[in-house]
Amino acid sequence: MQDNTPSPQMNDSNKIDQYRRRFLGGTAAAVTAATVLPGLILHTVEARHADEAVTSDRRWGLLIDTTKCADGCNDCVTACNTEHGLREIHGPATDAQWIRTVKLKNKSTGHQLNMPMMCQHCEHPPCVDVCPTGASFKRADGIVLVDKHICIGCRYCMMACPYKARSFIHETLTDQLPVAPRGKGTVESCTLCVHKVDAGDHNTACAVACKHGAIVFGDLKDPNDKISVMLREKGGHQLRAELALNTGVRYQGL
Amino acid sequence: MKKLHYTSIHGYSKPSLALLGLLLFFVLLGFISFLQMEHEGHYITGMNNQIIWGLPHVFAIFLIVAASGALNVASIASVFNQKMYKPLAKLSAVLALALLAGGLLVLLLDLGRPDRLIIAITHYNFKSVFAWNIILYTGFFGIVGIYLWTMLDWQVEKYTKIAGTAAFIWRLILTTGTGSIFGFLVARQAYDAAIMAPMFVIMSFSFGLAVYLVILLTTYRMTDRELGDIVVNRLKNLLGVFVAAVMYFSLVYHVTNLYATEHHGIERYILVDGGIYTQMYWIGQMLLGSIVPLILIYAPKFANNRNAIMAASLLVILGGLASLYVILIGGQSFPMTLVPGYEASSSFFDGVVASYTPSKWEFMLGMGGVAIAILIVFASMKLFRLLPVSLSDEVAQTLKS
Repeated sequence: MQDNTPSPQMNDSNKIDQYRRRFLGGTAAAVTAATVLPGLILHTVEARHADEAVTSDRRWGLLIDTTKCADGCNDCVTACNTEHGLREIHGPATDAQWIRTVKLKNKSTGHQLNMPMMCQHCEHPPCVDVCPTGASFKRADGIVLVDKHICIGCRYCMMACPYKARSFIHETLTDQLPVAPRGKGTVESCTLCVHKVDAGDHNTACAVACKHGAIVFGDLKDPNDKISVMLREKGGHQLRAELALNTGVRYQGL
Repeated sequence: MKKLHYTSIHGYSKPSLALLGLLLFFVLLGFISFLQMEHEGHYITGMNNQIIWGLPHVFAIFLIVAASGALNVASIASVFNQKMYKPLAKLSAVLALALLAGGLLVLLLDLGRPDRLIIAITHYNFKSVFAWNIILYTGFFGIVGIYLWTMLDWQVEKYTKIAGTAAFIWRLILTTGTGSIFGFLVARQAYDAAIMAPMFVIMSFSFGLAVYLVILLTTYRMTDRELGDIVVNRLKNLLGVFVAAVMYFSLVYHVTNLYATEHHGIERYILVDGGIYTQMYWIGQMLLGSIVPLILIYAPKFANNRNAIMAASLLVILGGLASLYVILIGGQSFPMTLVPGYEASSSFFDGVVASYTPSKWEFMLGMGGVAIAILIVFASMKLFRLLPVSLSDEVAQTLKS
């Protein structure tokens, strides 16, 4: 009968081999981890920001207090134009206007007020419904945008928008800003300063520029956000509310 | 029964060469206009951020609607078994395809990015009425193409009825879709009405038959072929019914709107003080496009008068363009109400009637589409045996019996 029991000597050398293997393996793993992981982790951290899906946990919106909106003031419009590189080209009929100030006069009382008008970032946007290619779309956080790469320039969204919020680019553009890529033959509108929102700067150029505090940007889903508190206290009116589009832009003082 | 003898049109007469030259000239103008608009951008046109769709769309929608209606004659022959219409069915299908091609071309070349046609074909938002229409138009080419094939090739002739029925159903859906482009627009007071869909269907019957009559009468006159009163009178009486039906739908649309106070503004604008649009409605659509043609069609004084029928058909076409101009541009020019009870004003033309002056580029593009459509019919007549040599009363009698 063969004795299979290992000799004490063999046992020792096996143990040493095991230790050695474990040591080498551990070293290799450590070296790999030390060289590869930081890259992986760092890349993951970098990529997470750009790749992170927008969620519906937030809904960005604006609250406009028409009682604070001053007559003759155009600061929000100027700020928007500067922020996105919009310029006067062929006159008001064809130039893009992402935001405009509207003067309202009550037909019976004569009461006058002013308010800024822009894309109302509807929950149920008619522009998105009618777009044949899906270029008009709504992000999960409520921002309505145009994908300039698949917009064919049919302008059906402009026909469908109840707020006249969209502009068609009627000419070749030069000197565009990196934050607001635009293109001849496509449609565009207020982006709710999506580039700022995505960069973590939760505000819009118009809201920042309004020295009267008439424009407040915020998260409509966060009950503690200023916009939600103000809406809770004084309410907010939706333009053309009868269309039941649940706009992301609300007005006070109408 | 006398056998019908179909031939293509041989040779070129001087008038036909002149027509060909004219058509090519307009196609060239259309092409130049497309290049110009594409290169410069739409600021060179009369269209802007207020009048979003302009004259090219009036032409395009007229051609598309008329395309569907041009198929009337073929449908009556194949679906409703009216034998007298059978010799006219091939031209009917060719004209339908040609008009649709012309209309779609105008629509396509007016896009801000016509180079992205492939995107329009590959990216679909199925909630969009426009996307439905892209499918409807493509399908129309396919179905009417097959239908035409069954009429031209005796080996597949037995499928004519089934193909004709499919085409008939498809064109009704197609015009419903075209009308719904406006009917589904909740934003604007002039649109957002379910009646738009059936109104466009009946408009297609009228405009399409008018175009068909113009082409038929012109062809028989230019080629010295015999065309009897029996066939022509049937067609013109049918046109009369359709013209009256369009008037009825227009009346119902406006009366319904007039009942609702919220629409009083737009109705007053279109019917009373809308300037050019009011004139186009009453003088263009109603008087010249409807009442005068009805007199020319039904007054005993004009019985068997080809010139009167030709004039009536041309006036129906003119009235059709006028009615689409009023719907499209008149409808867009009326300001939207932002806040009820308030007058609005802004740098973006809120609260004011938007002005629109069509540019030569838009007219050239639209006419280019019309010319392409006629050119396709012209070429088809040269290539295929579309029309019988004679459609005299004697032939018609034998067909009837």
